[in-house]
Amino acid sequence: MPAGIGTPHPVAIAFFFLFIAVTLGITWWAARRTRTAEHFYAAGRTVTAFQNGLALAGDYMSAASFLGIAGLVALSGFDGLIYSIGFLVGWPIVTFLIAEPLRNLGKYTFADVVAYRLAGGPVRMAAALGTLAVVSFYLIAQMVGAGNLIRLLFGLQYETAVVIVGVVMLAYVLFGGMLATTWVQIVKAVLLLAGASILALLVLWKFHFNPLALFAAASARYGAGVLAPGQLVSKPLDAVSLGLALMFGTAGLPHILMRFYTVPDARTARISVCYGTAFIGFFYLLTFVLGFGAMVLVSRESIQAVDKGGNMAAPLLAAVVGGTGFMGFISAVAFATILAVVAGLTLSGAAALSHDLWVNVVRHGEAPEKEQLRVARGATVLLALLSIVLGIAFKGQNVAYMVGLAFAIAASANFPALVLSVFWKPFTTRGAQASMIVGTLSALVLIFLSPTVQVQILHRASAPFPLSNPGLVTIPLAFLTGIAVSLLAPDAKAADAFAGLQRRLHLGGQ
Amino acid sequence: MSTEPDTVAALAGRQRRLALRLTAAMMAVYFGFILLVAYDKPLLGTVLRPGLSLGTLLGVLVIGAAWVLIWVYVRWANGHYDAAVRTLRGEP
Repeated sequence: MPAGIGTPHPVAIAFFFLFIAVTLGITWWAARRTRTAEHFYAAGRTVTAFQNGLALAGDYMSAASFLGIAGLVALSGFDGLIYSIGFLVGWPIVTFLIAEPLRNLGKYTFADVVAYRLAGGPVRMAAALGTLAVVSFYLIAQMVGAGNLIRLLFGLQYETAVVIVGVVMLAYVLFGGMLATTWVQIVKAVLLLAGASILALLVLWKFHFNPLALFAAASARYGAGVLAPGQLVSKPLDAVSLGLALMFGTAGLPHILMRFYTVPDARTARISVCYGTAFIGFFYLLTFVLGFGAMVLVSRESIQAVDKGGNMAAPLLAAVVGGTGFMGFISAVAFATILAVVAGLTLSGAAALSHDLWVNVVRHGEAPEKEQLRVARGATVLLALLSIVLGIAFKGQNVAYMVGLAFAIAASANFPALVLSVFWKPFTTRGAQASMIVGTLSALVLIFLSPTVQVQILHRASAPFPLSNPGLVTIPLAFLTGIAVSLLAPDAKAADAFAGLQRRLHLGGQ
Repeated sequence: MSTEPDTVAALAGRQRRLALRLTAAMMAVYFGFILLVAYDKPLLGTVLRPGLSLGTLLGVLVIGAAWVLIWVYVRWANGHYDAAVRTLRGEP
């Protein structure tokens, strides 16, 4: 193993403690300003467009993007870029169809929007099912990733790492709510963008600041195939299905959707996605340089010697171009990245449990402020414990498919119901319910029957369902179910309320 | 606030048409790229200049297209749309 990997480096530890100290300081500051449910879930709706743009980027750029995609590009070249691009193209959809309606029609969760002109109870129960499924799978992927990474980066035990992530994240969300979570995302996004930019500059420096010279060096060493599509996407329909899930999943991720409630109005929400997409797109362009840089400067063999999946490509590259001190900094950034994403996920899961299920279903929307805040904090503790338990339970499992699964559920369960409720007048309560339940369950069942689980995890010879991502089937299925059920049993009241929804959507609340 | 609901409906219609057109444009660009990845790998492997394959160039252009389409929408919404909203709300 190369120097620095798996042994706690003083610089990494120093940066790590600095990050924890700063973010806990922010949490202390935020805790004194978090007195109502609106503060807890939506940071008092005071976040600016630029701040929310950075926070959106912070919520979205997970360790999977930074370490995973850099590794994928380093090991398979162009194929890794397909993921970089797929993770970006959902953002225009969020801008055109989602950001403004969310801000004007909802309060804390996306279910608020779907329930706006439909019967709240049934819609919220179905929406909570979808949200909790997405959050759970995303959390498992992040926690297992965190455990493995921190073991590799700092030499800590897997279980210790999972518990540290769970406890620190709990402190952010429990005491500081959305205000602390937003600022943790901002700090993390700035660190990640700065770290990745410096790393890319150090790489390009060796190639006279010409990315083409870097790509040419990669193809000289590993063949022209690294610049062309290869084995990763061997079946055409698999590529289309994954593409659909990535594109529409982004517009259905509960922790992303929740961010649009933190800004003062729809105009700010719209401009914030513009900033967010600029940061995220820039970051994914950097992954091109980081991936090919690692391929050329570290070599595939050395990367795979440390971790078969290639997850250590970026830290190893940092060691080669900037020394072990710089690698320590990049490792600490990777840790911060995981912490921030997990905090955002937990907050959105807690909102589904407390705002949707407790306040609006159990208490029919009539819960005093103090009780709302208490239940939200209880739900946060519950989810933090759950994430620690799941992280430890899935130790050693191959969970790479779980992020794809989370996107597939988000795209099938949340996105169709959200779009139909805002843009399609005949949509009904039963239609929304059916669409969300069918979307969630079909995605879960088809993932289980897919080659990803049947062949790769259970080692069966073949799988009953041919595609490794179910998006191509489940997204249209959820749309068709919602439309068919609404047309079979029309609801005049919901259709009449559509004019009011449009008015509120475009003119705002006042 | 005393504006005719059919004017809000007209604004809603205009916003929806543009939003759906831009969504269709993004889908066309992205799935065009994905279908090339899926069905014509040799074409994307064409080397235009040393180090630059057609696939890499198109990949960067897809990211560029996402930025441009968002810019088109935000420009329209910040100007046209917001002005119409202000008028409908009865603000100066």
